[in-house]
Amino acid sequence: MLNAAIVAVLVTMLLALIRTFLGPTEYDRMLAANSFGTKTVLLIALAGYALQWNSYLDVALLYALLNFVGTIAVMRFFEYRNPSEEDDETESAV
Amino acid sequence: MTVILGWVSGLCLLFGSVLCITGGIGLLRMPDFFSRVHASGVTETLAAPLLLIGLALQMEWSLDLAKVAMILILILATNPTATHAMAKATLHGGQRPLEFDKDKSTGGEGSSKP
Repeated sequence: MLNAAIVAVLVTMLLALIRTFLGPTEYDRMLAANSFGTKTVLLIALAGYALQWNSYLDVALLYALLNFVGTIAVMRFFEYRNPSEEDDETESAV
Repeated sequence: MTVILGWVSGLCLLFGSVLCITGGIGLLRMPDFFSRVHASGVTETLAAPLLLIGLALQMEWSLDLAKVAMILILILATNPTATHAMAKATLHGGQRPLEFDKDKSTGGEGSSKP
């Protein structure tokens, strides 16, 4: 069952990768990249236990932290990038 | 006891795998960004804990178990936050969700409003 879960995570990573290359906007790409990162954490945890690596969970923990910080940073950058969209933004804020 | 733990672990891993693949298919096939956020976020917040719990049920009592619990808490705390930040940034970036066309009397057909 552990191997089946590893295969499922790998298939999901493939689907997220397809969406990353396909995505119409940069937000889609970032969402798929974030999903890919979460699945990478799961893959490291599952495959590390199945293959009996040493201290794999530290790597998974670090990867989860880096994934979150990277996503937040990129999204802050996207959020306040386009000055031409500011009218739309104030309109939505009301 | 070990047999029961093995069964529960296998069940958690199976259900988590199904949810994981469901999230991937939803991420690939949903029509616009916000439904993709839904497909990715909802299944991620259930699939990742199920897979990690299924993994933790197979391990012995050690420091690694505490690390799995830390990863679980971290994913549960950060994943909805990241999803929320992405949806908010997309909304500020000018994208709007797909809306139902209210002019048509049937109201069943969806149409995109940029």
